[in-house]
Order: sequence, then structure tokens, then C-alpha cells
Amino acid sequence: MGAHPHVGRGVLRNEDPQLLTGRAIFVDDVHLAGTLHAAFLRSDFAHGRLLGVDSSAAKRREGVIAVYTADDLGDYWCHGPLLVPPPPIEGLTFNAATLVPLARDRVVHVGEPIAVVVAESRYIAEDALEDIVVDIEPLPVVVGLKEALAPDSPVIHEFLGTNVAAHAVQQKGDYEAAKAGAHRVLSRKFSYDRGVAGSMENRGILADWNARNEELTVWDTTQAPIPIRNGLADRLGLLQSQVRVVAPFLGGGFGPKMMMFYPEELLIPWISVRLGRPVKWIEDRAESFFATTNERLQLHEAELAVDSEGRILGVKDVFLHDSGAYDPYGLTVPINTQCTLLGPYRVPNYYSEFTAVFTNKTIVTPVRGAGRQHGVFVMERLLDFAAKELGIDRVEIRARNFLTPDEFPHDHEILFQDSAPLVYDSGDYLPALAKAAEMIGYREFLDVEQPKAREAGRRIGIGIVSYVEGTGIGPYEGARVCVEPSGKVRLATGVGTQGQGHFTTFAQIVADQLGVGVNDVHVVTGDTREFHWGTGTFASRGIVVAGSACHEAAIVVRKRILSLASEALEAAEGDLELADGAVRVKGSDLSISLGELALRANPLRGAVAPGAEPGLEATSYF
Amino acid sequence: MKINLTVNGVEHRADVEPRLLLSDFLRHGLELTGTHVGCEHGVCGACTVLMDGAAVRSCLVFAVQADGCELDTVEGLAPGGGELHPIQDAFREAHGLQCGFCTPGILMTLVSFLRENPDPTDAQVRVALSGNLCRCTGYQNIVAAARLAASKMLEVEV
Repeated sequence: MGAHPHVGRGVLRNEDPQLLTGRAIFVDDVHLAGTLHAAFLRSDFAHGRLLGVDSSAAKRREGVIAVYTADDLGDYWCHGPLLVPPPPIEGLTFNAATLVPLARDRVVHVGEPIAVVVAESRYIAEDALEDIVVDIEPLPVVVGLKEALAPDSPVIHEFLGTNVAAHAVQQKGDYEAAKAGAHRVLSRKFSYDRGVAGSMENRGILADWNARNEELTVWDTTQAPIPIRNGLADRLGLLQSQVRVVAPFLGGGFGPKMMMFYPEELLIPWISVRLGRPVKWIEDRAESFFATTNERLQLHEAELAVDSEGRILGVKDVFLHDSGAYDPYGLTVPINTQCTLLGPYRVPNYYSEFTAVFTNKTIVTPVRGAGRQHGVFVMERLLDFAAKELGIDRVEIRARNFLTPDEFPHDHEILFQDSAPLVYDSGDYLPALAKAAEMIGYREFLDVEQPKAREAGRRIGIGIVSYVEGTGIGPYEGARVCVEPSGKVRLATGVGTQGQGHFTTFAQIVADQLGVGVNDVHVVTGDTREFHWGTGTFASRGIVVAGSACHEAAIVVRKRILSLASEALEAAEGDLELADGAVRVKGSDLSISLGELALRANPLRGAVAPGAEPGLEATSYF
Repeated sequence: MKINLTVNGVEHRADVEPRLLLSDFLRHGLELTGTHVGCEHGVCGACTVLMDGAAVRSCLVFAVQADGCELDTVEGLAPGGGELHPIQDAFREAHGLQCGFCTPGILMTLVSFLRENPDPTDAQVRVALSGNLCRCTGYQNIVAAARLAASKMLEVEV
């Protein structure tokens, strides 16, 4: 058995028995006695003046406990936080318009919540929505991005006086000079449309304020339970330790469940505290299309300047980005586009300018790729067009422009979305592209299959794309590893889980260090009572950041195991090995189980050495 | 309205509103929450259960329509937390699930399908599962798992 018996091998997943038998708990599976159910009244208008909301009939309906509008929220009504402050780009314009819990004077997108009904059942709550009379004076709607910037366009956020959410220029070298000396300049327009993330499980929240022990428990379909806990404690005036947020099994995340805070996420806990009863809201599919954040529309006008060999001299990209009605997530998406466009290529001169625009549409936040693929799409299409015009093979033109191993570290001289300079530490792209081309039978397809298909009247193609993704981003995650007296291992980490297989992959990492089976490691994620430091699962960072923290913590526990076992077995640490849940003196029958060591590490009597920590437990951060 | 029905072999009597969906009755009335609700309009298939042996979408059936029926849900596949059903086993082995939210509906669809088609082709499996949406997997492993399940079940029969 090598040093890594588990990592890198296909294993049966620890979480599957629960998921396959229907025992896994998703938010809507949590049943608490006395739970009330909420339904939201949402705007049918994309843009309008909210003149009045009459909920008196709804309040009179049997089974309705309460109806709240913006006016009922008092001090709790305010603009939400700006999640990601923009990076310090020189000359940047950024206009923040963050969410409000319920619309007050104006509605700015279809689906914006106006009122919430709380009733004995969801059926009654939805009946009562129809009792509410809303008076909205429709306003002209801002849909197109170019139109939104026209001088005669209606303005969505009057306090800003403009529909510009942001304007940023990042550049490297001198694109215009490069263009002047170019063999050819390709100029194209690209559009990338909106979409929804479409998790199979919609969003949902169950909040339970327990007035006797003054604790709030919230089950939330969030990718970021810890920031939700911290934000709720702040808004509700509670200690962070009085709030427990649980993100149990989630039916997919894909980005929108990373948004903080959705109006419902702020309101349901507040209502539970006010009414002293558990309150549940489960989004339905129709709501999800406009109440959960969307993917992003972008319009690009781009240029590629090349020499006669197809080598890139410079790229210019000017684009419009659709923010939707608010921009609580800052500039993460368009800056991802701006930075990722450069990909694995040597681009000596780059001019990138974007304008983020408010429109009367659902809010745009990161979804699967978070804007990165837009940049990739623009760059790769430009290279395809250049290849065609210059008569160069599409794999070849990419190979000619790849950064080579001797060019690293490579500084793209612009700022990434996390405010750090965009510097690549290392890379060797050509072998990967060559291998991919070989594996998909690229040459054979072009030489044999495609001509044959053409003859048969079938027009089929093959695409070549390269991509360097900024992932594993900070700030940090943590993990706690504990060997229990049963010999089983408990592993807790702060990130939430949405189907990535964390119950297995984190367990594999720890099992390798401690010499136990993967299914001997019991993983807990996304419960702030178990672990309350960290940010969340996004940007493909779970296994990189939280996985590394698991690794670090397991190494510390392993050291403690070896040190205790060395004493117990009267053998040098170097002569010991961990396997099958025990520590053994190599080449002998002498061994002690991890459970026995865990007991010895937590004695009931006697005195431990000064400074010794009890148990086989460690917490680490990465 | 009063209804009598059998779910996973257990008889239940209940007094329900005529408009109560079968999916809500199972999930919130009987607390059989393995049946998931993804769209509530018959598109995603996550809520699929067996009604007198036939796969139906429980979000498109009223609880009162199930009066007198025998229902099977995902909880009945491996009763009492015992051995997994061969279809469940196959999904675990072939990595036919990721977040697992759509999985109960897919399993129940396959129970009914494989009973009628014990040795299907990939294409037949794809048609059978065309009413079940999955957002994570891309379906490849789901089809592979269904084929593996079929072979496991054929072996058992021999």
C-alpha cells in the first residue's frame, strides 16, 4: 500500500446510501411542529411606481397569521450589503445599488418581492396572496443594454441618475500601436445571452427562533452558511453563537445559492423571531426563474491584431455587461470575463473596457463559470477567425500563441476579481492541447470524417478551445479532525456541499493520513454549530481550499497519534506505521488501535503534561 | 375527504383537502421526504412514485385520486435500511448521482421500466428517462447505472 491508498482512486461515495434511500435531509425535508408557511407576493411589472399595498383582506383570511410589507419592517428595512467590493482599478466607476428586503416605492424587476404572507399552510398563504391589492403605476422598461445607456432612457435607480453600474478599463502595453503594425486586424461582435442556473432543488429557508434558550436555527439552501450566520446575527442583534445556520444536503448550487442575502433569507428568520414559531419558505419553480439570480448577458465588440504567422500582437475588447436590477455581487462577473479572456496566450498588448448596466431584469450574479467563459468565447472565436483568414490550422494557431514554460511566472499586468495581480505561476499548455487533439481524433476528423460527412450532406464540425481558470481562491477554509474512542474519525469543515462528493473526497484525504478506511471518516459540512470559520463553496474552491485544510489537520492528528503510540509501544516514531485503524511497529505484531490511543489522550485521572491538549483532535486552516 | 391507501406496504387513513397534491401528502403528511419536488408541474420527474405499479408524477396527482391505491416510494426500495436494491447499488457503483436530488424519481422510473424491459439498450434507457431531469451529471453515468442495474437484476433472476 502506497502513501495514498485512497486519494486518486475511485471509491464508493460515503453519501450515496443516504441519497439513494431517501434518508438524506434537504431543507424542505425538515419538519418542525408548529411550523408556519410563507409565500411572497411579487411584482408582475418590470418597472413601476409602487403606490399602495392593501393587505387587509389577506389578514382576515382564516389561517393567515401575518402579512408584512416594507412599511411593517421598521428599521429592518434597509439596503443589503455589497458582497464583493470592486478591486482598486484606476479610474473605476462603480455605482452600488444593493437589494432591499421588500419593495417600498418602486419595483425594478419582475419577481421583486412586495409582501410576504405567513399562514398555517402554504396552500392558505398562496390563497391569501390573491387577496392583496397592489397599486403599481407602470413605468417605461429598460431592457436593451445599449438602449439603457441612451440619453433618453428611463433611469432605474433615481438616486444614481444613471443606468451605469460600473465602468472599468484595464490595459497592458499599447494596443493601438500594436494594431498600427499588424499584418491583419480581425474585428467581430459577440453576444452571450441570459440563462438560469436551474438547480433541481429550488431555494428554501426554515427558521426556528427558540425563545426559551434564545437561539435561532436556520436551515438554508445556501452555498455559504457561515457568512449567512454572521450576517443574520448582525442584522438581528444576536451573538453569532446564538445563530446556527445549517446547509444540509443541497440539490445543486451552481452559483446563485452563493448570493447573500436574498430578501427571503433576511425576512424568514426575522418573522420567526417576531412570531416565536418556525417559519418555512420553499421557492417554487415559477418563482425561481426570476427570484433567483440569473446568468449574464454580455455584448462584446472585439479586435485581434496578428502578424502574418498568426501570432497575437494585441487584443481589444469593449463590452457591455447586464447587471440586472441591482448589483449586490459587485464586479466579479465582468472582471472574470476581462481577466479570463487572456487564457493561456501571450498577449503583449491588451485593452479591455466594460460598462456594467442596470436593466429591469433579474439580478445577475456568478453562475457556473461566473463570466469566465464569456472571455474565453471571445478570444477563441477571434483565434478561429484569424486561423481561417490566414490559412493556419486551428490547433497550430493556438500552439503558436501559448505561453511556453520558460515564460513563467507571467504577469498579465491587470487585476483579478479578488484584487490580486493576474500573475500565472507556471504552466505548460502545449502537451495538453496536443494530447486532447489526439484523443478526439482531430486530424482524422478533418481529413477523413468531415469530408465524408459533407458528401453525405451532413455539415458537422469540431471545436478547439483552451482555457485557464482562476480557481481555488481565498481567503481561507478550515477543518477539524478528531479520532473518537470508537476509532472512527469525525471531520468537520465550514464549506457547504451541493453534490460535489465532499463526504467522500474530504474523507479520502484524511483516511490517507490516519490509515483508516474512507467510510470510517464521518464528514460534516455546512453546519455552523460544527464549524464556524470559513466562507463557502464557490469558484471550484472546495477541494482545493477546504480539502487542503483537511489535509493539514489530519497531518497534525497523525503526528499526535505517532507520538502517543511511540510511548505506548515503546518504539521510535520512525518504526511505526498507520494502517487498518491501528498503529503498528513495522515488521512485528505489536500494535495499538486508534480508539485506544484516543482514550489515552483523554484520561479521567492522573495528570497530563503541561501544555498538552486533550484528545486526538486538531483544527487547521488553509 | 377521507382516503385509504397503502404506501410501501403500510396502510394509511387520512382526511385531506381535495386540492392536496399527492407529493405534498407523501412528503408532509406521511413525512416520506425521499420523494422530491423540483418543479410541481410534471416536467422534472423528481417526484415520481409508483401507483399500483405504474410510474406517476406525484405532483400531478391529487392525494384523493390515490384513494384505494398501492403506492411505492424510494423509501420502500431498501426497507428498514437493509440491503440496497440492485438499482440503488448500480447507481452507487456507476456514480449515477451527484447531488442526489433527482435520484429518487429516476430510481422509481427505472423500477417500473426495467420490469417491462429487463434488458434494455442505451437508447431505450434514454427514452425511458426522458421525463427525468438531472442538472449535475450530464446523464452518461445515469444511463450506465441503469444498464448495470438491468444486468444485476438479470443475474439475480438466473
